[in-house]
Amino acid sequence: MTTNSNQSETYNYDVVKKFAIMTVVWGIVGMLVGVVIAAQLVWPQLNFDTPWLTFGRLRPLHTNAVVFAFGGCALFATSYYVVQRTCHVRLISDKLAAFTFWGWQLVIVSAAITLPLGITTTKEYAELEWPIDILIAIVWVSYAVVFFGTIMKRKIKHIYVANWFFGGFILTVAILHIFNNLEYPVTWFKSYSIYAGVQDAMIQWWYGHNAVGFFLTAGFLGIMYYFIPKQAERPVYSYRLSVVHFWALIFTYIWAGPHHLHYTALPDWAQSIGMVFSLILLAPSWGGMINGIMTLSGAWHKLRTDPILKFLVVSVSFYGMSTFEGPMMSIKTVNSLSHYTDWTIGHVHSGALGWVGMISIGAMYYLIPRLFGREIYSVKLIELHFWMSTIGIVFYITAMWVSGIMQGLMWRAVNEDGTLIYSFIETVQAMHPYYMIRLLGGLIYLSGMFVMAYNLYRTIYGARMVEALIPAPSHK
Amino acid sequence: MSWHIIWTLLLLVIFVGIVMWAFSSRRKTDFDEAARLPLEDDPVVTKSAQPRDSGEPK
Repeated sequence: MTTNSNQSETYNYDVVKKFAIMTVVWGIVGMLVGVVIAAQLVWPQLNFDTPWLTFGRLRPLHTNAVVFAFGGCALFATSYYVVQRTCHVRLISDKLAAFTFWGWQLVIVSAAITLPLGITTTKEYAELEWPIDILIAIVWVSYAVVFFGTIMKRKIKHIYVANWFFGGFILTVAILHIFNNLEYPVTWFKSYSIYAGVQDAMIQWWYGHNAVGFFLTAGFLGIMYYFIPKQAERPVYSYRLSVVHFWALIFTYIWAGPHHLHYTALPDWAQSIGMVFSLILLAPSWGGMINGIMTLSGAWHKLRTDPILKFLVVSVSFYGMSTFEGPMMSIKTVNSLSHYTDWTIGHVHSGALGWVGMISIGAMYYLIPRLFGREIYSVKLIELHFWMSTIGIVFYITAMWVSGIMQGLMWRAVNEDGTLIYSFIETVQAMHPYYMIRLLGGLIYLSGMFVMAYNLYRTIYGARMVEALIPAPSHK
Repeated sequence: MSWHIIWTLLLLVIFVGIVMWAFSSRRKTDFDEAARLPLEDDPVVTKSAQPRDSGEPK
């Protein structure tokens, strides 16, 4: 980007472009690691008896890469783009925005080095050790300063609903990250949580579930509320519903964490609260889903020809599906069957590949050509990618449903004298064919990402970035 | 204990208040305008000519 004198009259697309491109790169890396560990579950020899290639070390690498690297970069890119374009103002600081980009990449690279080395706090989705935690906190606070600072100097009086979702996500993730990662450092690479026993477990899953609720839901709902109206060229179905959607999520999500600790040492009443709030969550989640999908009312025909819109709308359908499945699985009696089985993995991936993945992919197909002022190289390839993603997800989640329910039923099957019918290894053997199907599904989804990378490369090759002018203030 | 009850009820009242505010008929015009906000956002303005550039992809 050429820096010119009237920088204040243009939007900062530079940082958006960097995050957008890294979304695709980290998507491929994270999903590739996922495919590798899926293959290891089919053929355990694939760890080659090398410690840093074992499932236990690569699995957190996979989750961190897809959630925080792929999903994180998508959120940074879209939130920086949306906040500028709906506030009619440039980001408050180019330098601080650039710092969040390089800082976040440093976090990702640090994770990619330390996790395979076995350096971990063992807290799920918060495995990174304390020096990296501090770096994350600094980058995240800078992100909050850039985002909220930009909102404060906005030229448009109203703060568009997508920004509320992005803002809620940024604020809550800061609180979650800092409080869950309070720890005593012992050495540079080892720390212990300041919480002990069941308190530690409760804080961990207060964090863990809200990582889902705010990082993987509220943030991506921000994407939904901007990119679906833009792509469909229609305003959101009901703006008042979007306001209620936001506040209902904020008021309820934070309580749902205990459903990860059913039938543990956590007091029974706390488990029940977690279950009840998870069930209540169905209402705002489906309100939001209906709002996203109904935005297309009167424009349904566009779905036939526009594969970007297909990505966005099918994504919201997966959001509806997994937010129905989640509350159902949080019911204690259902959870006693589903917990610790592959059903959970299937549930997570219908949310991750379906909701988070597809809305990010759709948003990138919208965003990246615009940043370079070009049309997409091939709409057909987007269409191909859409079907590869959809088929990949279907293979993945159906395999995990069957495998998970079978696994749960085999675990609880007892003879008349109370002894177990199946040994553990028998359940593992029974799951083998489904692990093959899951691997196939993951491989198809990953291949779709390569199609995307090729298509976007051809789109932006040799192009210079657009300098987008901020509309004149007469607007309002 | 009673503090927890008061706090819970207060949050409930606030939430119900937000819902009533959002659905009050007086908000309608403001919300309709707000909903159009991303759409009235001007299309990308290109300063530098790009090869193979034909404006906004559809």
